Amino acid sequence: MNNLLDRLMGRGTPGSAKIAKERLQLVLVHDRLDLSPEKMQALKDEIIAVISKYVRIDQKNVEIAIEQRQRDNWLVADIPLATDSSEK
Amino acid sequence: MGARVITVTSGKGGVGKTTATANIAVALALMGKKVVAIDTDIGLRNLDVIMGLENRIVYDLVDVVEGRCKLRQAMIKHKVYPALYLIPAAQTRDKSAVSPSDMLAVTQELREEHDFVIMDSPAGIERGFRNAVAPADEVIIVTNPEVSAVRDADRIIGLLEAEEKGPGKLVINRVKPDMVRRGEMLSIQDVIDILAIKLLGVVPEDENVLVSSNRGEPAASDPKSRAGQAFRNIARRLCGEEVPLMSLDESGGFFQRLLKLLSGSTTGAG
Repeated sequence: MNNLLDRLMGRGTPGSAKIAKERLQLVLVHDRLDLSPEKMQALKDEIIAVISKYVRIDQKNVEIAIEQRQRDNWLVADIPLATDSSEK
Repeated sequence: MGARVITVTSGKGGVGKTTATANIAVALALMGKKVVAIDTDIGLRNLDVIMGLENRIVYDLVDVVEGRCKLRQAMIKHKVYPALYLIPAAQTRDKSAVSPSDMLAVTQELREEHDFVIMDSPAGIERGFRNAVAPADEVIIVTNPEVSAVRDADRIIGLLEAEEKGPGKLVINRVKPDMVRRGEMLSIQDVIDILAIKLLGVVPEDENVLVSSNRGEPAASDPKSRAGQAFRNIARRLCGEEVPLMSLDESGGFFQRLLKLLSGSTTGAG
């Protein structure tokens, strides 16, 4: 009945379209850049290793990802540096 | 310069490329434009049957390229629209019978006397695709709201950009508004978010398209067909008119949905 009500109201549980969009966005990054998930992981590890040689990083909160802006791809890295407070 | 040369392509087969080519050509002819449609899918000729001209073929594109006839002799005049011509593909040859420079030469000759040259590209990204894209001033990418078609469209856009022909304009074909509403089909906005190119038009799934293919009379000539209306809108946009996207939501109201549910046809096309 809930389902029927949802459909009458024009809403429903999030459907397969959302999954399709997310899967496409991921696969297209790799298609466009010829960058496999393994290579991406290696890239992240090396970036973290290089930066760690100079400053301490708050490793738990590092975010490195490829972002689509129109038809351009950006490697976006958010790398918080470790301070005494973040290590508590 | 004369005619604009527009290539219709998709990467993936079966998304409605040939149907879109035929309908856009007919819709432009209905607007009084002088149009030549070229089937560049050598070996898999189909634009002729969709346009209802299969019984009138004497010469084809390969005959022109290999000098067995004049260009004029391979141009089949449409029976209803006298300013619409078709140059059919050869059926018994393969893609290697034509080169990108052959296509440049053919279109160059057509530019002088026509307003539009609309080229139907074969599926894929090989020789046939390169033949079709080489002379293009503009490229239309046809896709469906479906993962494999969108992925292939993205690949095509990348190739077009590499050849400085891109990014092209997008036609999203076979949209089922009812499925989009239920969250079970990628929406127009989803596809645009992913591909990030300009939208030229949206064509709803419409049984009339198959019926009109059966008859060899593209839906664009049927005033009652919704897909036909969508293709006429696309033709007007190509001519520079600002035409809003038509509403796909013919069953959007509460009572329509109630009626549909009661009649058990919630999966019907919009």
